[in-house]
Amino acid sequence: MKAGDIAMHFSRACLVALLLAFGCGTAHTASLDEALAHFTTDDFSDANDGINEVAASGGPRAETIIRALQDGHLMFSAERKAVYIKADSDKLTDAATGAPITGDAPADLDTVRLNNRLRGTIDAAIGALTLLSSDPAKRFEAAEAVFKSREARTLPILETAIAKEQDPRVKRVLMEARAAIILLSDDATDQDKLAAVDVIRQRGDQDALGLLSSLPAGTSAPVMKAASAAIAAIQNRLVLWNAVQNAWYGISLGSVLLLAAIGLAITFGVMGVINMAHGEMVMLGAYVTFVVQELIRNHNPVLFDYSLAIAIPLAFLVAGFVGILIERCIIRFLYGRPLETLLATWGLSLILQQAVRTAFGPNNREVGNPSWMSGAFDVGGITITYNRMWIICFSLAVFIALLALLRFTRFGLEMRAVTQNRPMAASMGIRTSRVDALTFGLGSGIAGIAGVALSQIDNVSPNLGQGYIIDSFMVVVFGGVGNLWGTLVGAFTLGIANKFLEPYAGAVLGKIAILVLIILFIQKRPRGMFALKGRAVEA
Amino acid sequence: MRRRSSRGHIVTSHFLIRSLDRGAVAFVAVIAALAVIVPALNLAVPESSALHLPTYLVALFGKYACYALLALSIDLIWGYCGILSLGHGAFFTLGGYAMGMYLMRQIGTRGVYADPILPDFMVFLNWKELPVYWYGFQFFPYAALMIFLVPGALAFVFGWFAFRSRVTGVYLSIITQALTYALMLGFFRNNFGFGGNNGLTDFKDILGFNVQAEVTRSALFSISCIALILAFLLCRAIIASKFGKVLIAIRDAEARTRFLGYRVESYKLFVFTLSACMAGLAGALYVPQVGIINPSEFAPANSIEAVIWVAVGGRGTLIGAALGAIVVNYAKTFFTSGALAPYWLFLLGGLFVAVTLLLPRGIIGTLRHWTALRRDRASAAAEDGVTASPPEPLPAE
Repeated sequence: MKAGDIAMHFSRACLVALLLAFGCGTAHTASLDEALAHFTTDDFSDANDGINEVAASGGPRAETIIRALQDGHLMFSAERKAVYIKADSDKLTDAATGAPITGDAPADLDTVRLNNRLRGTIDAAIGALTLLSSDPAKRFEAAEAVFKSREARTLPILETAIAKEQDPRVKRVLMEARAAIILLSDDATDQDKLAAVDVIRQRGDQDALGLLSSLPAGTSAPVMKAASAAIAAIQNRLVLWNAVQNAWYGISLGSVLLLAAIGLAITFGVMGVINMAHGEMVMLGAYVTFVVQELIRNHNPVLFDYSLAIAIPLAFLVAGFVGILIERCIIRFLYGRPLETLLATWGLSLILQQAVRTAFGPNNREVGNPSWMSGAFDVGGITITYNRMWIICFSLAVFIALLALLRFTRFGLEMRAVTQNRPMAASMGIRTSRVDALTFGLGSGIAGIAGVALSQIDNVSPNLGQGYIIDSFMVVVFGGVGNLWGTLVGAFTLGIANKFLEPYAGAVLGKIAILVLIILFIQKRPRGMFALKGRAVEA
Repeated sequence: MRRRSSRGHIVTSHFLIRSLDRGAVAFVAVIAALAVIVPALNLAVPESSALHLPTYLVALFGKYACYALLALSIDLIWGYCGILSLGHGAFFTLGGYAMGMYLMRQIGTRGVYADPILPDFMVFLNWKELPVYWYGFQFFPYAALMIFLVPGALAFVFGWFAFRSRVTGVYLSIITQALTYALMLGFFRNNFGFGGNNGLTDFKDILGFNVQAEVTRSALFSISCIALILAFLLCRAIIASKFGKVLIAIRDAEARTRFLGYRVESYKLFVFTLSACMAGLAGALYVPQVGIINPSEFAPANSIEAVIWVAVGGRGTLIGAALGAIVVNYAKTFFTSGALAPYWLFLLGGLFVAVTLLLPRGIIGTLRHWTALRRDRASAAAEDGVTASPPEPLPAE
């Protein structure tokens, strides 16, 4: 029902757009006919005028005609004084209206010839025409291109475009493009130039900085002064936004670390078990996503946007099941021997990796982003991609859900009891071995969910998990065991610290610095930031 | 009852020490014999003979000997002091780099760019001067000192921080793993001055002998065997001393040992540093025999693999560690060189699981356990036929 509604809205919108386009078309037909007449003379300089006039008409047919000319599909008949567009199927349509030709084709049909000068004019005309395109995204791109090229010839069409423009975002870029051209031109007044500096200052990014610092030598003193003031302002702004950007990247990295580490924190906290195969649970989750997407692609492509929603519970179940299996078959025999558990789970991770490599091949697998996760939007000076944003939301949602599970359910209560004092919990009637198995399943299942999220931003390969294992341990060690808040704070602290160190030290040295800092931190607080206090510490 | 069982225990430990000694002597004898026989079969026996040992096998055996030495160093701290280091590959590789730097400086003008001072990769990176930390590596005694000093110093500083603040158990394991991981990331960088991800290779001479020559290879193999024997005897001496008893006490009950008045940190620090030096020596002997050292040797996976050699052979047995290293690496060579290559990781992973679950004492440990049980039963039966003393417990974590 809902989909039908959307479809109806869409078709209505299309109809409106079509009517609008048609209305515009008729208004321009007269001048377009005059412009097209230039093509019937078989003369290069006439054709040049023709291109410019067609472009200046700015109608919806203009781009079609000029593109046809560029491709050698524009035909003329000198006898009938008419211009046609020949489609690939040899069908002729009237160039001015786009209506198909009825009756015989004219006998003296010939292609409008081009030379290099005309090709140049065509390129410029197409560039200018996209400024008038009906698609705002295209207009935006064209305006940005003009801003960067600072082509003085486009000034008249820019003015037309600015006058017509309704979209404030596109209009702003158009104004900036015009300001850039004015700043670099010799014949603009100082007043115009000062206004232009102001516009550029508002833009305030690296390109604006580049433009303002490369003003031509002949620029007058007041303009220069305004420009240097603007440069200082922009630089301040850039520093600020740079910090915001780093913080954003840090939060984004932190959310990934949180997803990867949170399951580990649970198993480590409750059982004191270091699960070296935790990363492989993440990998399993990513491969579940891959399989789900493959099935959807092959059987029901309409569902693609829901693939992640389907994959999340599946990944939880698959990874959780494997986790319980591991706990029942291996880990429960090794309680009280944490170092040997570590070795056994490492061996398990090798087996799981090789199994996945055998089943799916050693190469990266393609996992697509659903439409609502691709793309980006701008906030001030930074670009925020949807997939990063959703992953942050998702990791926080998982965190809150887990917190609620621990706080409000009986299972959570039992888990906390076992974490705090295992023998006491057992003597109060809690079946600790069942709690262990379920906890391990829960931790692994959450790793599987993390895999679904990571499949959106990382390569899905058998080695996916290995990249996260050391980092997640650092988070758990840093945050402290047995407290989810520690994991949250640890993940975001490490993520943000990493991203703030990167610009100064480079990615690798930044990482090394973080590792060294953690080693030093462990000196001060050997049990992490949020350590359990009292008797629970030493088993 | 109590008196009897403790008497039985004394008898057992007496026998255990005697049998241990016998095992140790046998081990030293076998390695010493190999140190002579392998080069002889390679150099003295003509190539046409069926008994001739090809040179590549000599280098391969040399590699195993180095691994055995590394395993020995891990067993010393894990088996006898309860410190599970998942970053021992770092010390091994650092020793290897120290040797590699010496070998690089020996190339001299025979490199591709024929620079008398700078190694090829530095010329390639357009470096003008030799970094200060490369000074002195053209002298073998200095390089030899560094082979022990660099891993030892790192282990000392690291251990001083870690043990003083009582980082133990899995925390220590993870931190050591992070240490080797950080070193790997660092050494992969070109501006670290150790050849980036290509590492150091293309060696020519060691002490004036061609590294590729058969005689040099045989000599290196023998030296590796001798180093293995010496390290083994050193470990045995440490374990048998009072110092070694304290180490075992720390392994089995750290807090109790501390309350008895021993400075646990100092004991741990000493044995950890010593073990790092041994690992460094192993790495230094390894490099001229394989002809290359690069940052991937720092990979945490390598260090963990070395731990499993010890577990397979039996931790806390020394001989078992060396044996485990040789057995696992032989299996690795066997599997990865044939059509079975894709299954090697299954096997290795399975080995981790199987050893920890089914054979927690390892090969030698289990053998000793059985002998001890049998002797115990026999001696108990001989005395009065009642219950035997409890068998030797597993080493605690």
